[in-house]
Amino acid sequence: MLYLSLVFVFILSYSFYFYGKKRALSLKFKKNENLSSLPDYYGYYVVLLVFFPAIIIWFFLLIFKSNFQEMFVMSPVLFPDVATWSSGKFGLIMNKISNLSMIVNLSEIDLTVGDKSILKMASESEIIAAKNLANFDKIYGWSNLTLFIILPVLLGFLATKSISGKLNAQPIVEKIISYVIKGSSYIAIFITFGIFFSLVFEAINFFRYVNFMDFFFNTAWNPNRAFVINASEGFDQEALKEAFGFVPLLTGTLLIASVAMLVAVPLGLLTAIYLAEYASSKVRDIAKPIIEILAGIPTVVYGFFAALSLAPFIKDVGEGVGLPVSAESALAAGLAMGVMIIPFVSSLSDDVIKAVPQSLREGSYAIGATKSETIKKVILPAALAGIMGSFLLAISRAIGETMIVVMAASLRANLTFNPLEPATTITTQIVTSLIGDVEFDNPKTLVAFALGLTLFVMTLILNIAAITIVKKYREKYE
Amino acid sequence: MSSLEKRLAAEKRFKFYGMFAMTLSLFFVLILMYKIFSTGSGAFVRTTINADVYFDPNFIEVSSNSSKKEIMKASYVDLADQVINQNHPGLDEENFIKVREMYTRKFDYQLRDYIVNNPNVIGKTVNLDISASSDLDQIVKGNYPRNVPEAQRKINDYQLSILDSLDSKGKMSKTFNFWFFTNGDSRDPETAGILGALMGSFYALLICFSFAFPIGLLASVYLEEFVKPGKITDIIEVNINNLAAVPSIVYGLLGLGMLIGVFGMPYQVPLVGGLVLGFMTLPTIIIASRASLRGVPPSIREGALAVGATKMQTVFHHVIPLSLPGTLTGTIIGMAQALGETAPLLLVGMVAFVMEIPGGAFDPATGLPSQIYLWSESAERGFLEKTSAGIMLLLSFLIIMNTVAVLVRRKLEVKW
Repeated sequence: MLYLSLVFVFILSYSFYFYGKKRALSLKFKKNENLSSLPDYYGYYVVLLVFFPAIIIWFFLLIFKSNFQEMFVMSPVLFPDVATWSSGKFGLIMNKISNLSMIVNLSEIDLTVGDKSILKMASESEIIAAKNLANFDKIYGWSNLTLFIILPVLLGFLATKSISGKLNAQPIVEKIISYVIKGSSYIAIFITFGIFFSLVFEAINFFRYVNFMDFFFNTAWNPNRAFVINASEGFDQEALKEAFGFVPLLTGTLLIASVAMLVAVPLGLLTAIYLAEYASSKVRDIAKPIIEILAGIPTVVYGFFAALSLAPFIKDVGEGVGLPVSAESALAAGLAMGVMIIPFVSSLSDDVIKAVPQSLREGSYAIGATKSETIKKVILPAALAGIMGSFLLAISRAIGETMIVVMAASLRANLTFNPLEPATTITTQIVTSLIGDVEFDNPKTLVAFALGLTLFVMTLILNIAAITIVKKYREKYE
Repeated sequence: MSSLEKRLAAEKRFKFYGMFAMTLSLFFVLILMYKIFSTGSGAFVRTTINADVYFDPNFIEVSSNSSKKEIMKASYVDLADQVINQNHPGLDEENFIKVREMYTRKFDYQLRDYIVNNPNVIGKTVNLDISASSDLDQIVKGNYPRNVPEAQRKINDYQLSILDSLDSKGKMSKTFNFWFFTNGDSRDPETAGILGALMGSFYALLICFSFAFPIGLLASVYLEEFVKPGKITDIIEVNINNLAAVPSIVYGLLGLGMLIGVFGMPYQVPLVGGLVLGFMTLPTIIIASRASLRGVPPSIREGALAVGATKMQTVFHHVIPLSLPGTLTGTIIGMAQALGETAPLLLVGMVAFVMEIPGGAFDPATGLPSQIYLWSESAERGFLEKTSAGIMLLLSFLIIMNTVAVLVRRKLEVKW
């Protein structure tokens, strides 16, 4: 129904374009009025006045559907004391009602067995609420549909009626459109604010439970301790102290990212040098897109590959030479991640190397240097800043990468710098703390936002640094 | 060796390093593809056991004139047991269970579906291909070794002997596994399908597109055509560049904290997943669209303005149509990225076990990549195959989208 009403909004807006235009034309030819704008603009004028209010209301109703559902079901008519309920009780009753709503309308259910007890235990108003809930989608859909036939038609006729020769539609239309496009570009800012505030807000909530210093400087990470709850005092402060230590996550992240960089930097850089300086244009045209495929493959694929093939392979090789290798070693995740970020290093470095002016190369050849000497002593130093920028971007990618480490790295925190041991990362822990029950009043859930904020700040600094370096470098040769 | 020879040798070595690095990178692409395709191709084939099925009216609660609803609701477990007894006469209770395990657990559903489609079959005998259980399937495909001690095998010796006798009678066969494309998720690998996840991803991408494309296009038009350079535009500009580099998991946190936490949107639905993917795709679209707007030569704008068009008319009638191919290319590439993105879906709950095929953006669903993740976490060998097959499907969608993007660019782009 919701989609149908959207379709109606579109169809009605479209037809009102012709209606408005027709009205303008009839003013001109039948009543000989002089129009201030082209007839098309009267059509647009009506469309805008129909479309935007309707679409905004439609989105509003879509987004707040579940809130309306709650209001509809938990009406004070049925539950007079609903305003005094705690959120916990509210949730419980709501849950019960939604369970009831599954069976309350099934007439064929045999009320003598099983189900009867649920129905019996429910109060009368709860059963009415459950019936309401079962019918809610239908009621909501139909009322929505009615609203979105009546509303645009009403608006459309009002707007069409207001058309006269004196009404200058063009500036009005252009004004509305200019506000719309301005608004669109501000949405990008709103998203950033949204990210920042949703992270900061929940992170502050987290630091209400856990001391700031304990989080950043403690070396123990046992989030399950947050479940040790004293009935009288809430969370056990002593347990919380030892529960969320950020240090092992940071070292794990850095360990895996370093392994990845150890793969990606030499391979990516040498590939970039070969493609930019040695390869014929034929080889380049084929090889460059193929290598860039590596960046386009979804990371869940790398994760699967790392967990399924790479990790057992490394374990077997390690055991073959007598080294104890964990099945979830940081090495496996790091290697897969390294392959993934090769193209980030190679593409950007390739561009940067190509941007080094030809005159530098020719000067070097002129004094008798070979190609490799020119590359090592002239081109790389000249392109160094840009190449560093590409490394920073690759590191930021590696730190923020999620699926590979979720699938191939360990879940257990381990303060180590040995790549053969298991290690966990910031992103892994964000995912593990949010899979399953999400409770916004438990530090175990909230810690994800504190970790997310740290990650956001880390990658932001790296990105800004990278962009500034590359920009400065470009200016040097332009 | 003279110093020149040394230098030339160093030159050769260096060139070799470069070539080696490039070949190794290309090799990684190959090995990844090989691994996926070699493990995944099996998922498109299903092992079946040929059996004579007598639709015995004594074991069926419904008759041929029952309504479709009644047929759907009735139980066919007894019938399934009866079919096994008929085809494997003389089983004692212990062996019966072993033989039952060789057939799919959804045996009765398969019989039900057959009756729904052919209600007149009751009382007749039909020759049907019944799906084998996943463990048997894996043995037949050779993914489980046969020559290991019985305790390490999922299929015991008795079942193997039955399998061999069925095989020698020519009763084992393989059919195309259309269930993989028509079913939702399932606990049993042999009946698990990808359609639910596919529809989930489809709805999410639909939401993502309808959010990100119009807003991205209009925002880029504003930044490129209307605004005078100033502080606010600088802020927006830096903002967009940074948004493009924010890790995807942070967008997931935004979806969870703001859309679900503050606005109270439901968990697990493609609506929220799609909006989060839309937030993520927006910067990609804006950047691509701005580049293509910049590519439209100023003479077009000046020509339009010279014949008396307003700024708005110039932009909407002349500049945007000319820049649209570039914008579309950027949008398709952004959508392809969004399709492969997993982490945000995990955080907004689109990673649950959902058997039903979602019918809209408000139904609980998984996405294609999160379904792959879910399957990859299960221990059964049958799901390993499904995971790879899911990846193959995902990659082919990405290839199609990227090819379309390249074609759009080639066919429609105007060269100045």
